[in-house]
Amino acid sequence: MEEVSVWRDRLEQTALAPITKTSVWYFVWVAALLAIIGWGLYAYSVQLRDGLVETGMRDRISWGLYITTFVFFIGISHAGTLISAILRVSQAPWRTPITRMAEFITVVALMCGALFVIIDLGRPDRLLNVIIHGRWQSPIIWDVLAITTYLTASTAYLFLPMIPDLALLRDRLAGRVSRWRIWLYSLLSVRWKGSAEQKRSMGSAITVAMILIIPIAVSVHTVVSWIFAMTLRAPWNSTIFGAFFVAGALYSGVAALIILMAILRKVYHLEEYLKVKHFIYLGYLLATFALIMIYANISEFTVTGYKLEAGEEFHFRQLFLNEYAGFFWFYALAGLVLPPLLILMPWTRNIWGIVAASVLVVAAMYVERYYIVVTGLRVPLMPYDPSSYSPSWVEISVVAAGFALFALLITLFIKIFPIIAVWEVVEEHESEELSSAAPPLVTQSAPEPAGGGNL
Amino acid sequence: MTGRNDGGSGASDRDDTSRESAQLPTVSRRSVLRLFGMAAVGAAPLILLPPVLRKASETGRVESRGEPATGPDGRIRQWTMIIDLRFCDGCQSQGTPPQCTTACIEGHFAPEPMEWIQIFEQELPGDGTQFIPTPCQQCQNAPCVNVCPVGATFHTPEGTVLIDQDRCIGCRICMAACPYDRRFFNWGDPPVPPEALLADYSTEHQVPAKKGTVMKCDFCPDMARTGTLPYCVQACPNGAIYYGDIEEDVATNGSDIVTASRFLSENHAYQLKEDFGTKPRVYYVAGHGEAVGRDVYTEGRQPTEWPWIERAEGSRTWKR
Repeated sequence: MEEVSVWRDRLEQTALAPITKTSVWYFVWVAALLAIIGWGLYAYSVQLRDGLVETGMRDRISWGLYITTFVFFIGISHAGTLISAILRVSQAPWRTPITRMAEFITVVALMCGALFVIIDLGRPDRLLNVIIHGRWQSPIIWDVLAITTYLTASTAYLFLPMIPDLALLRDRLAGRVSRWRIWLYSLLSVRWKGSAEQKRSMGSAITVAMILIIPIAVSVHTVVSWIFAMTLRAPWNSTIFGAFFVAGALYSGVAALIILMAILRKVYHLEEYLKVKHFIYLGYLLATFALIMIYANISEFTVTGYKLEAGEEFHFRQLFLNEYAGFFWFYALAGLVLPPLLILMPWTRNIWGIVAASVLVVAAMYVERYYIVVTGLRVPLMPYDPSSYSPSWVEISVVAAGFALFALLITLFIKIFPIIAVWEVVEEHESEELSSAAPPLVTQSAPEPAGGGNL
Repeated sequence: MTGRNDGGSGASDRDDTSRESAQLPTVSRRSVLRLFGMAAVGAAPLILLPPVLRKASETGRVESRGEPATGPDGRIRQWTMIIDLRFCDGCQSQGTPPQCTTACIEGHFAPEPMEWIQIFEQELPGDGTQFIPTPCQQCQNAPCVNVCPVGATFHTPEGTVLIDQDRCIGCRICMAACPYDRRFFNWGDPPVPPEALLADYSTEHQVPAKKGTVMKCDFCPDMARTGTLPYCVQACPNGAIYYGDIEEDVATNGSDIVTASRFLSENHAYQLKEDFGTKPRVYYVAGHGEAVGRDVYTEGRQPTEWPWIERAEGSRTWKR
C-alpha cells in the first residue's frame, strides 16, 4: 500500500494541473471556439437586422433548430443531477471523481439552453415582458420559472461541494497564480478551514441541495415537454411526454458526461482517477436508460398507432417511411439499439466502445429533438399541402456558436476550478484504505446510532 | 482520520450500512423550518416585482380600443360569424381571387403571404371538393390565449380574440397551439404601404404590421361597433358570410337578416374540429357552392393577390 500523503499530493497535483499549466493547444482551442462564436454572432446580427425571415422557419413550421437546441441542452443539463445528486443520495462511492464534471455540464448546458429560447424570439427586445406581464397559465412561464430555479439550484449545488477545494486552491496556489485569482478563491472559499463544525454545516447544506435538486430537475424537463404537449397537435398529444422527455434528458446527459470524461481523461491525464470502471458503470446506466427509452417509444407508438386518430397516419408515414424516416431510423437503431449492445457486449465493453455509444446517443438525441419539433408542426391542420423546413445558414451558424459556447464555458471553468472533487476523492480513498486495513478503528470513531434518533 | 465522519457527503462504504446513519448529517426540524421560512421571506418580494415593473413601464392590461358594443337591452354583444358554404364557390364564378380574402387584405394591409380569412379546398366524401372560407375561429376556449406567456393575445368582453402587437414577444407558442392554422408571423420587416403608416394602431385593426409579432383575423369589432360589417362580409359577392350578435340572436350578410339560433339549427350548422372543445364563434352550414351553381367537380380558383404590395417599397415577402 502506498503512503497516503504521497497519494494525496499526486491527486492534488493532477487536479490542479489544468489550472496551473496552460499549453499552446489550449489557446489554439479557445481561439477556434471564439472564431466559431464570432461567426455565430455575425449570423445572429443578421437575424436581428432582418428578422427571423433569415431562418428556415415559416408560419406552418414555426419552430426549428433553435427550439431543438434548447430542448437538447436542457436535456444534457440533467447529467449533473443524475450523476451527482442521485448517486450521492444513493451513496455510490465510485461517483466522487466525476461529480464535479457532471455539475459543470449542468450549469453550462442550462446557460446555453436558456440562451436559445431568447435567440428564437421574434422580439428579444421585449424579453422583460415575460417578467412584467408573465401569466402563470402559460407553459413558457413554467419553463422560465423551472429553468431559472434549476440554474440557481444547480449553481448552488456546484458551489457547495467545491468550497473545500476552493480553499485548497487558495492555500496551494498562493503566489503561483495571479492575484485576482487568489482573491476569487478566498472570496468563494468563504473562510473554509475544514473544521468539524464547517464540515457539518456543509454536509447539511449538500444534503438539502441534493434532495431538492432531483425534483427540480424532473420538473424542468417535464415542463419543457409541456411546451409541446399542451398544444392540440396530434404527434405531441401524449400524456407520457413529460416522463419521456425526462428519460431522454438523463439518457443524453449521461452520454455527454461520458464524452467529457473521456476527453478530460486524455487531455489532463486523469487515468488514475477516471478508471475503466467509471466508464463501465456509467455505461450500464446508459444502457438502462436506452431500455427505458425503447420502452417509452414502443408504448407511445403502439397506443397512438393502433387507434390512428386524425393526423397520426400522416405522422407515422412521414416518420417511418417518408421525409423523416432517415432521422427516425438513425435515432431508433443507432441511438437506442446499438448503444446498449456496444455497452453490454464483452468485446466492446471498454472505454472506446462506451464512448462510441455515447457519441451515438448524443447525436441521436439531438436528431430526436429535431424530428419531434419539426414533424409535430408539419402535420397539416387544415386541407393544405404539408410544408417543409430546412435550417438556413443563419440557424446553423448560431447553433454551431451555441455548441462552441458550451465547449468554451467548460474549458474556462476547467481553467479556474478543479475538475475533480479533491476532498471527496480523498474521503473515498481513505475510507477504502481504512475498511481494508483497520475496520475496528472505524467502528470506534463512529458510534452506533442509539435507537434511530436522528433524522 | 475522524474527519470523514463529520463530512456530510455520505461518502461511505456500501458494505457497512450500520455506519451510514451515523454519517448522515443531522438536520433538525427547527433548522429545516427556518430554512423554508427564510426562503419564503426571501422570495416574497419577487411576487411584488411584476406589478412594480408594470407601474414603472406604465403598461397595464391590454384592452381593445373602445367600450364594448351593447345591444338594445344593454347586454354586451357577442360577435359571431356564420358561413353558409352552400353559397361559397371560392369566387370561381367571378373569375377573381376570393373576394373576402382580397377585401380583408386591402382593409388590414395584411402582409403577404397572410390570408387572415383563407379559402381551403376540402375534398368531399365520395369525390369533388368544397370551399371553406376560414377566418380566426374566435374560440371561447382559445388555445392561443391559454398559452400566451405575456397576455398579448386576449379575449375581449365581446368574445373576440385579439393580439396586442406592442406586447407580443414573438415566441410563437400560440401558432403551435392554434389547431386551425389561423395565426401568422411577421418573419421579417412586413411590407407596409405608405397609407398604412398613417393608421392609428389598435389591437382591433392591427395596422401597421410590426416585425417579429403574430397577427390574425381580428373579427373587425371596431367596424361592427359603428354598424359596419367586416370587410369579408361586405365583399362576398354571394352573401355567404353572416356576421351578428348571439346575445341579440341576429346575424346578417348585408342583405338578409336572420335569427341566428334558428338559422343555425334549421341548417344543421357545425363548427370546425368541434372535438377539440375550443368552442369556436364561427359556424358553418355544409355545402359546396350549390346555391350559386357550383358543381362539386368544378375545378380551379384564382390565387390570392396582395394588390397594394407594389406600393410597399423595398418590401421583402416570404412564403407561408
